[in-house]
Amino acid sequence: MEALLIGVGVILLLLMMLALYRAIGGPTIIDRILAANVIGTKTTVLIILIGILYGRVDMFVDIALTYALLNFVASIAASRFYQRHVQPVAEPSAPPEEPKEESRA
Amino acid sequence: MLDLIVVLFLFGGLLLFTGTTVGLLRFPDFYCRVHAAGKGDTLSTMLLLGGLILYHLHDFSGASVLVGLKLFLIILFVFVSSPVATHAIIDAGYEARAPYWVKPAPPESEATSPDPGSPPPSPES
Repeated sequence: MEALLIGVGVILLLLMMLALYRAIGGPTIIDRILAANVIGTKTTVLIILIGILYGRVDMFVDIALTYALLNFVASIAASRFYQRHVQPVAEPSAPPEEPKEESRA
Repeated sequence: MLDLIVVLFLFGGLLLFTGTTVGLLRFPDFYCRVHAAGKGDTLSTMLLLGGLILYHLHDFSGASVLVGLKLFLIILFVFVSSPVATHAIIDAGYEARAPYWVKPAPPESEATSPDPGSPPPSPES
């Protein structure tokens, strides 16, 4: 059973590295924020997996819970910053019909 | 028996995460990628963590049940927070007017628009 967990961890790591391609070479900035969110979510699973393999789950589960919280807050903060302060680089090919106002909290 | 359920959960989570990654890499547009990442990411995390809970509850004791409860708390938090983060990301992309992907028009060929006066094109070329 331990070999299965090691195999799951290796496949998880390989797939996270594939998502890293989108984080590095995403055409827009918001693509990179999205890929970082995906990688962060899977990091919590990887932390708990390593905790089970080392036999000390009780320590690693606290770390994983904290990292899940951090990932969530960082995703929302980064996307809010992009929404308020970054101008789009490329001209959109089909802009939305009614542009919303900035009067939302 | 519990081993079978653990293996099923882990493989299901890995399968969904493979779909998430392939969607992240292959979709042409930012909005499509958020679909793939948001949905697949949440459910695959929950399935993987559920499998790990069942694996950890193998040796049943008081301490392991407490750790299992904490892991279940992580599952609940991911269930609530990951869709919220997905919505925040796609809202930011929409408000900042991320470019849409437009399907490229098919190339004009002689077979589709023949000349009425000329003879039909030969099978070669």
